[in-house]
Amino acid sequence: MTARVDRAARRRLLAAGGAIVVSFPLRAAPLARTSAASAPVAQLPGSLKSEPFIDGWIRIDALGGITVFTGKAELGQGIKTALIQVAAEQLLVDPRRVAIVAADTERTPDEGYTAGSHSMQDSGTAIRLAAAQTRAILASRAAMRFGVGVEDVLLRDGVASAGVHRAGYGELVTGEVLHVRARADAPLRDPRSHFVSGKAWSRIDIPAKVSGAAAYVQDLRLEGMVHGRVLRPAGPNATLGSFDASAIAALPGVLKVVQDGRFVGVVAQREWQAVVAWRRMTQIARWDETPSLPLPGTLYRSLREAPSEDSVIAERGTPPLDATTSISAAYRRPYQAHASIGPSCAVARVAGNTCTVWSHTQGVFPLRKAIAELLRLPAEQVRCIHVEGSGCYGHNGADDVAADAALLARAWPGRPVRVQWMREDEHAWEPYGPPMIAELRATLDASGAIVDWAHDVWSNPHSTRPGGAGDLLAGTLVADAFVPTLPKPLPQPEGGGDRNAIPLYAFPSLRITHHFLPRMPLRTSALRSLGAYHNVFAIESFMDELARAGKVDPIDFRLRHMRDPRAQAVIGLAAERFGWTAWRPRAGRGRGFAFARYKNLAAYAAIAMEVEVRRDSGAVRVVRAVAATDSGEIVNPDGIRNQIEGGIVQATSWTLFEAVAFDATRVTSRDWGGYPILRFPQAPGSIDVHLVDRPGEPFLGTGEAAQGPAAAAIANGVADAVGVRLRDIPFTPARVREALAA
Amino acid sequence: MTALAFDVNGRTQSVDVDPATPLLYVLRDDLRLNGAKFGCGLGQCGACTVIVDHGAVLSCITPVSLVVGRRVRTVEGLGRADRPGPVQQAFIDEQAAQCGYCIAGMVMRAQALLERTPNPTDDEIRREMAINLCRCGTHLRILRAVRRAASLLAASVRSSAP
Repeated sequence: MTARVDRAARRRLLAAGGAIVVSFPLRAAPLARTSAASAPVAQLPGSLKSEPFIDGWIRIDALGGITVFTGKAELGQGIKTALIQVAAEQLLVDPRRVAIVAADTERTPDEGYTAGSHSMQDSGTAIRLAAAQTRAILASRAAMRFGVGVEDVLLRDGVASAGVHRAGYGELVTGEVLHVRARADAPLRDPRSHFVSGKAWSRIDIPAKVSGAAAYVQDLRLEGMVHGRVLRPAGPNATLGSFDASAIAALPGVLKVVQDGRFVGVVAQREWQAVVAWRRMTQIARWDETPSLPLPGTLYRSLREAPSEDSVIAERGTPPLDATTSISAAYRRPYQAHASIGPSCAVARVAGNTCTVWSHTQGVFPLRKAIAELLRLPAEQVRCIHVEGSGCYGHNGADDVAADAALLARAWPGRPVRVQWMREDEHAWEPYGPPMIAELRATLDASGAIVDWAHDVWSNPHSTRPGGAGDLLAGTLVADAFVPTLPKPLPQPEGGGDRNAIPLYAFPSLRITHHFLPRMPLRTSALRSLGAYHNVFAIESFMDELARAGKVDPIDFRLRHMRDPRAQAVIGLAAERFGWTAWRPRAGRGRGFAFARYKNLAAYAAIAMEVEVRRDSGAVRVVRAVAATDSGEIVNPDGIRNQIEGGIVQATSWTLFEAVAFDATRVTSRDWGGYPILRFPQAPGSIDVHLVDRPGEPFLGTGEAAQGPAAAAIANGVADAVGVRLRDIPFTPARVREALAA
Repeated sequence: MTALAFDVNGRTQSVDVDPATPLLYVLRDDLRLNGAKFGCGLGQCGACTVIVDHGAVLSCITPVSLVVGRRVRTVEGLGRADRPGPVQQAFIDEQAAQCGYCIAGMVMRAQALLERTPNPTDDEIRREMAINLCRCGTHLRILRAVRRAASLLAASVRSSAP
């Protein structure tokens, strides 16, 4: 979707004689050479690797309208605003002049998935360089036109000038002028003179969202649109016993009942008619179920007994023979849900042998390929357009509902078919965050220093994204079913189940082993931060246990083993702003600390928390949280704060409340009653986020930096408050009471 | 089917639908209003919150027949993107949204609370807002927005007083 430039607001500002924030003079940088023989594509940073031409990223129309194109999708993380800031900074224009087009297979670069906190590193880096080079081209074209030296050209808010000469950006770059290869060394503006990058620019999408303007795929109302619903099997292995399609076809407004193997759907004229038909379908369908899920209480045993592909992902040093103490502990995390507030939704239209899909997928290009396979069409005949949905936090039902919509649209061609999943479709059928076990062992010398470290992690797959049609739920349900892609471990340095399993601490000897479990009783995939949530929870809980065992302050203990100065800086800052040393214990209250650098290559985050434990009820509450982060050069400080605050609250919910429930044949947590999440009374009392800015340093993704440290800070706070160590997520009141009684 | 008439955001609307249809579907599909959102259809999450007369109501479980002759307000009735009302302005000022899917419901519940209790305590706000779920973790910004909205509303009442 295109974010409109707020021209009216700008006109009002000009009419009022107000200063435009960008109106200060700056000498344009010398012309960057833009010959096609410049830096090889392979050396280009970020997503310039896949789209090396600058007009793939930035276009300027004849009137000077600037449009930025990104293959990354707005997921509520504020990426559109941040990317506009990046472009506006380099182009020396008011951000309100810049429109953005995001994630459309016909219009934008292919940047794969919007995932892994990569958007600023991939797209932000590409757009920054493309915009910087565009600025250089504008200056050189202006110099030629004016007959002056490039150093005499002034660029200011969309106009180039030199003495009496003036030309708008749109007059300077016509036709193919921007169709040149990007350069890795395009001249970036000095961070010290930034006027919009690094500022808390307001999100462009929020006014529409608070006022009911169309903002989401759920809000699309296309001409002639009809409504679909799908009937899911009772459980992952249930087969359809009996189903009387004619009883559904006879209901008011029903246009079509589709049955193809285990895939069942209905198309109706009006939305409520589709819901009524769906309800009736759930009542009359009979399913044959066979037990396939682990029995209650046997989940973790079944994981340890499942066939695994083992790989040692890091190994150094040799364990000493004369060490004094060896300690070990195991940490567990159940299936957890993305649990988006708005169930997944998509609109699809099939016309002739083309298909258009409007979707809140995280990857329009991979989805196009999978839908094309599902419909047996060439990929060029499928177009996928990203439209925002409810927050997804990874691979939720977005791609699956797009496939549902495509199949129903094929059955009712010529009309857009909107498919809205019902609550239980999302809760019972999204691909969950995988269950995990981490077993850690450390050996300490006589001085209390860690001399050997071992970390074994068992996990189901963290990515079953499409892929092909077999990675779409509907593709596995149709009679002529597609085969899911064989799951593979995501490679280091990012990793999947082993993400952040390698500690950033400087241990002289260590061995880290990933036990990848490809067989999934319940489908699993990417949930925000993947394995980092659990591995950091385990590592940072274990560090706390070791510090306690040695009666050492847990922050001192961490710093003693940490060599990375940026890590030391955020640890020190969080401790200082929390008031760690001045903190005094009181009944039922404890303090907990944790740190990680996401993926060991993205943002740094340290979190200190004060935690309250009610001995009577077992309820755990975060009284206050203080975080310090380093995301490299900051583009939007409020965007980073919002991500860190949200990460802490979401991880608090995961850690205190959340586990998918199931019996032998089906998922039983099918709504918010069965899968409770944090509500307002349980939200932390306060969260303060302190930012370390690193002007000139690369952007470091932030959206997944807080989750692991937040979980461990809670566990460590509970241990400090009441002396019990919680290693099984979630820390429900019943579990806490049980631990207190033990 | 029968024509059912009620007031929506100050205008009388008449719809010809099955009286059992939840208000949510009438607002979204017949009146083409986006503010109330489908979240659960079970009255568990608050994404569909609107105000009927003076109380916050979950429109996904409220049959349209129950609001006949009554006054329904949705987030569209509080202001527009370019002319936001006080509660909407407070949410913008606090940048109190991530994905924003829950936010229209939050705004409506806050509006109803502040009309009833103009100066709520932090505990009162948390208790009242407990019905509405947010998954992005924007809770503390939403709480700040509600407190800010209380002062903005108080100021607008003072300035409009005779």
